[in-house]
Amino acid sequence: MTDLVVSGLSAVLLALGCLFMVSGAVGLLRFPDFYTRMHAAGVTDTLATFLIICALMLQAGWSLALFKLGLILLFIFFTSPAASHALAKAAQHSTLRLEPGSGPRAVPAEAVGGQETQPAEPALEADAANGDRA
Amino acid sequence: MLAATIIALLVVMALALARALLGPTIYDRILAVNVFGTKTVVLIAVICFTLGKPEFLDIALVYALINFVSVVGVLRYFEFRSGNSFPVVGQGDFSGDEGGQAND
Repeated sequence: MTDLVVSGLSAVLLALGCLFMVSGAVGLLRFPDFYTRMHAAGVTDTLATFLIICALMLQAGWSLALFKLGLILLFIFFTSPAASHALAKAAQHSTLRLEPGSGPRAVPAEAVGGQETQPAEPALEADAANGDRA
Repeated sequence: MLAATIIALLVVMALALARALLGPTIYDRILAVNVFGTKTVVLIAVICFTLGKPEFLDIALVYALINFVSVVGVLRYFEFRSGNSFPVVGQGDFSGDEGGQAND
């Protein structure tokens, strides 16, 4: 009875993980610009991994495999947001270095260009300059 | 169910690879490669349970470590390059600083 419940729960978690994973991949392929793609990939990545690893943990039972799966899960929980953050920061720094009017932007003008006159912009440029010196 | 998960993982990895090949900017490619690496870790873990060999989990763990370090390393390389490192849409592949200057 317990076996049946555990395997059924594991199958449900695997199915949910597959659903999130595939939707995230479709978003990664079809969304219009880089930041929306990063949203689709970053949000679903951690959740789908969590669901699938949890399903595998249910199948593993009390063993060394459970510990290793927990280690993988913990590591992905730390590294996935860190990688997303580094990616967004790198993209933002590079976009800020574009000369005005140097060509069509990879990011739509209303997402980046609309904020060029706002007071937050000099601080961001100073940040980028600090990055240059570092 | 594990077999269906493996198939879904392979489909997702193919889609990520398509984005890595299509992606107009270098950051799209890095994002797609990051997704690809994470899915590889999960794929190794699922295959390990399908085959019933728990020792494969060590490979998944090491792969997760290497994936993170490589993504951050590539990002540092492209973030702090001198010059205009952001490629212009619709002008072919990203080809480094020289290409970016020439396109201006």
